[in-house]
Amino acid sequence: MTAPAFPHITDLDGMMACPACDALLVDRPVAVGDTASCPRCHTVIEAPRPLAMTRIIMLALAALILMIAAVFFPFLELGAAGMVRRSSLLDTVMAYATGLTAPLTLAMAALIVVLPVTRFLTLLYVLGPMAFGWHPARHAIHAFRVAEALRPWAMAEVFIVGVAVALVKVAGLAHVSLGPAFWAFVALVIVTVLKDNFMSRVTVWKTLEARRRS
Amino acid sequence: MENPGSASPILTAHDAGLIGCTHCGKVYMSGVAQCTRCGASLRARDAEGLQKVWAWLIAGIVMYIPANLYPMLSTASLGKTTENTILGGVIELMHHGSYGVAGIVFFASIVIPIAKFIAIIYLGLSVTRKVQMPMHRRHTLFEIVEFIGRWSMIDVFVVAILSSLVRLDFAATITPGIASVSFALSVAFTMMAALSFDERLIWDARNDDAE
Repeated sequence: MTAPAFPHITDLDGMMACPACDALLVDRPVAVGDTASCPRCHTVIEAPRPLAMTRIIMLALAALILMIAAVFFPFLELGAAGMVRRSSLLDTVMAYATGLTAPLTLAMAALIVVLPVTRFLTLLYVLGPMAFGWHPARHAIHAFRVAEALRPWAMAEVFIVGVAVALVKVAGLAHVSLGPAFWAFVALVIVTVLKDNFMSRVTVWKTLEARRRS
Repeated sequence: MENPGSASPILTAHDAGLIGCTHCGKVYMSGVAQCTRCGASLRARDAEGLQKVWAWLIAGIVMYIPANLYPMLSTASLGKTTENTILGGVIELMHHGSYGVAGIVFFASIVIPIAKFIAIIYLGLSVTRKVQMPMHRRHTLFEIVEFIGRWSMIDVFVVAILSSLVRLDFAATITPGIASVSFALSVAFTMMAALSFDERLIWDARNDDAE
C-alpha cells in the first residue's frame, strides 16, 4: 500500500475528493483487505487486496496467451449436408468486410481483439514494475490512463454471450461444434473479469505517485 | 473514509473552493488545470459536458432509427432470400420456439437501448430541473446505464458470427445487413453520451432533498 512519504503534509495532501460525487474526504491509508467507500454515494473508492499487483500482471499475461490461442485456433465448426465449415475468430472479424458494412470490420477487430490486447499490454507495462517494487516505467501514467479509458470498449465478454446466442440460432440448421479457440476465449473472459476485480484504480494511482522517481 | 465536515450536509470539494480529480481523487486549489498524480485535466464541474451528452445522445437516437428499419441480416436459403430486421429476427426466433434467446435479443437490442435513451434524458434534465427521484436512486441509475451500455453490442456480434459461420453455399448463406452498422454506431454514441456525463452534477442539485 501507499506510504505517504511527504515530509510536510499540507492540508490538501491529507484530503481526497470522491471521484463519483466530489464529497471531500480525509484520505487515510486503507489497509490491505479493507474496502473504503464514499459515505455519501457508497462508491467503492479503494479496495487494496493482498498481492493485487502481482495477481493482475499474472492474469493479464494469461489473458494475452489465451488471446493468441483464441485468434489462431479454429473457433466454431459447422457441419451440414456433409460439408464442414470451420470458422476462426479472424473470419468472424472479417464477416463485415464486403459491401457497405466494411467499416464495421475495423470496429469488430478493435472491440474483440485489439483493444483487449492493448489493455493487457498497458497493464503489464504499468503494474509490472509496481509488482516488483520498482519505480514506475516511463510514461506509466499515460499508459494507465489509456488502460482505464479502454475499459468500457474492450468487449470480449459481450462477444462470448453473442456466440452463445448465435449457436442457438444455428443449432436447428446444422450441427455445430466448439473449437479449442472457443474455450480459450471463454477462459480469457473469466481471467479478465478476475483481473478487473483486483483492480483498484485509486490505489494504483497512489502507488504510481508514491514510487515516482523524483 | 470520513467527511471532515462530518455534519449531515456533506461538504464537497467544490463547496470548499477546491477541485477534485475525477480519476484519482486528488484535491487541488481551484485554478489548477491538470492533475499532477494522474495527468487528467481538472474541471470544477463539467457543465459544457452536458452539451456533449446531448449531442452524443441525439446522434445515438438518430442512428437507432435506420438500425430498426433496415435489415440486420439476410438469409439466402435454397434460392430464397429473406431479410430480417431486429424485430423480425426476434419474431422468427419465437416462431422456432427459442423464447430464451428471443428474450435476450429483444432485451439487448430493443429494451436496453430505448431504456438507456430515456435514462440519459432523465439524468440530463435532472441536473437543471427539480425531479422526484432521490440522488441515490439517480446515482444507481447512472451506474446501471454506464455498466449496461456495452451489452447492447451483442446483436452486432451475433450477426458477425452467423455470417462467418453459415456459408454453406448451396444450403444457406447469411450476410450482414446495413442496419448492423447503424446499430453499432448507435450503441457507441450512446456509450459516449454516458461517458461524457459528469456524475458529480447529480449530487449538486441538493436543494430538493437533504440527505
